[in-house]
Amino acid sequence: MNITVQIPTPLRRHTAGTGQIECSAVNVEELFSTLDERFPGLKPHLRDDAGQIRRFLNVYVNEEDIRFLGGNTYTFQDGDEVLLVPSIAGGAS
Amino acid sequence: MSSTASVSTKYELRCRECHRSWGNQPRSICDDCFSPLEVFYDYDEARGTFTRDRIADRPPNMWRYAELLPLPEKFSPVLPVGFTPLLPALNLGKRLGATNLWIKNDAVCLPTLSFKDRVVAVALAQARNFGFDTVACSSTGNLANSVAAQAARSGFKAWLFVPADLEPAKILGTQIYGAKLVRIAGSYDQVNRLCSQIADEQHWGFVNVNLRPYYAEGSKTVGFEIAEQLGWRLPDNVVVPMAGGSLITKIKKAFDELIQMGLVAPKAVKFFGAQATGCSPISTAVKAGSVEVEPQKPTTLARSLAIGNPADGHYAIKAITQSGGWAEDVSDPEMIEAIQLLAETDGIFTETAGGVTTGCARKLYQQGRIAPDETTVLCITGNGLKTTDVLAGKYEVEDPIRPKVADFEAVLQRSLELQEKDISETVEA
Repeated sequence: MNITVQIPTPLRRHTAGTGQIECSAVNVEELFSTLDERFPGLKPHLRDDAGQIRRFLNVYVNEEDIRFLGGNTYTFQDGDEVLLVPSIAGGAS
Repeated sequence: MSSTASVSTKYELRCRECHRSWGNQPRSICDDCFSPLEVFYDYDEARGTFTRDRIADRPPNMWRYAELLPLPEKFSPVLPVGFTPLLPALNLGKRLGATNLWIKNDAVCLPTLSFKDRVVAVALAQARNFGFDTVACSSTGNLANSVAAQAARSGFKAWLFVPADLEPAKILGTQIYGAKLVRIAGSYDQVNRLCSQIADEQHWGFVNVNLRPYYAEGSKTVGFEIAEQLGWRLPDNVVVPMAGGSLITKIKKAFDELIQMGLVAPKAVKFFGAQATGCSPISTAVKAGSVEVEPQKPTTLARSLAIGNPADGHYAIKAITQSGGWAEDVSDPEMIEAIQLLAETDGIFTETAGGVTTGCARKLYQQGRIAPDETTVLCITGNGLKTTDVLAGKYEVEDPIRPKVADFEAVLQRSLELQEKDISETVEA
């Protein structure tokens, strides 16, 4: 099974400029593990100190928020297009 | 115009989570940890001129608080935005069982009749500073109206992205200013995601994407004004509508800054958030005792609040729960009834978001979460003339009469009879 993943611009300096990758991950956890392996420089940006995927990083599958598809339990389908989009907040501390 | 601002304080962007400094640039996200950036000020520098007396001498608009706004050096305001009335709501108070209730009425904010005029005014000041010739935003309506209007006045090109199902008045109220309106077949959350992607590609000043940290600071002026208009004291409670969740956190920041600057006595203000039940990710989380938002698919007529994945939800929840406040939500029929109630009691015609705020306030008094004599401010953030479609069918339009006194007397007679019938039915009941 193959999926494509779009890398947002701010992270491309950690992927040698690559904006899109293909991989065969079956779920979100595996996708992030694949990214960790291929681009070690990305890991501290994608995960917090406890290894959790960062709160302000949203994952979309075919333009739908993955949380509406079952989140971590969603199984990628062949040809899925995955978007990583940072959440734009900006309230007060 | 000469609404003198330009009392600049040093400020910079810092990450709210990892605290890395990012100087001043059009950016809203920390590249290191993806967390939001926040404007931090040199409060010691501001202290010299940010005093009650100095502020009192300045024109009645939001620029009177310039020291604690992120404004470029030598900034000169082009519009007298803000300083909307704070009104005692005596009649609404009687209906809700409240004796110390106030309305902060941003339904009459200039130039486009919503509180969004405040945030846009700051964002466009920075858009000019950073050299953008085009400004843009994702919007549920009010923001698009305000960006379009202020862009026209300041000479920017404007691109506005909105969900296709917006109220007609909000569509027209954007197009009238000559802005480019892009309707998206999707929810606001999808529009917002798309704008993040577009902002990545275009060299535009997206007021609520790459200019967002500056933009959001404009909301603080609601809090500054409430405190000043209460005679430089803080209220006991504020009730604030929540869409993305930013406004409630910024009112809190404003109150905290006034305490820090010594302009008001310290006080623990309770923050109450209001949502429509059909889009209530924040109030649902507060009621469940959760600190994280579960996104929802909005189904409410309160389109200006229909954000199912609120970017500042996490921080809004913290502001509410740490203050000892609460969050409530109302159904669409309750919201519409509350729009009518506010109009009939205190003569303020608000949009759907204001109906949500008023309806939630009624619940909070009924639940005893707000005591009748506590100083309580409802933040009314938008104007009812923009959402008249939700009132369709609520009022009968009677047949016209001939221009004759006899015809009028017949109408008057019928009206008196109806009134008597109402009274006798009430007495029997």
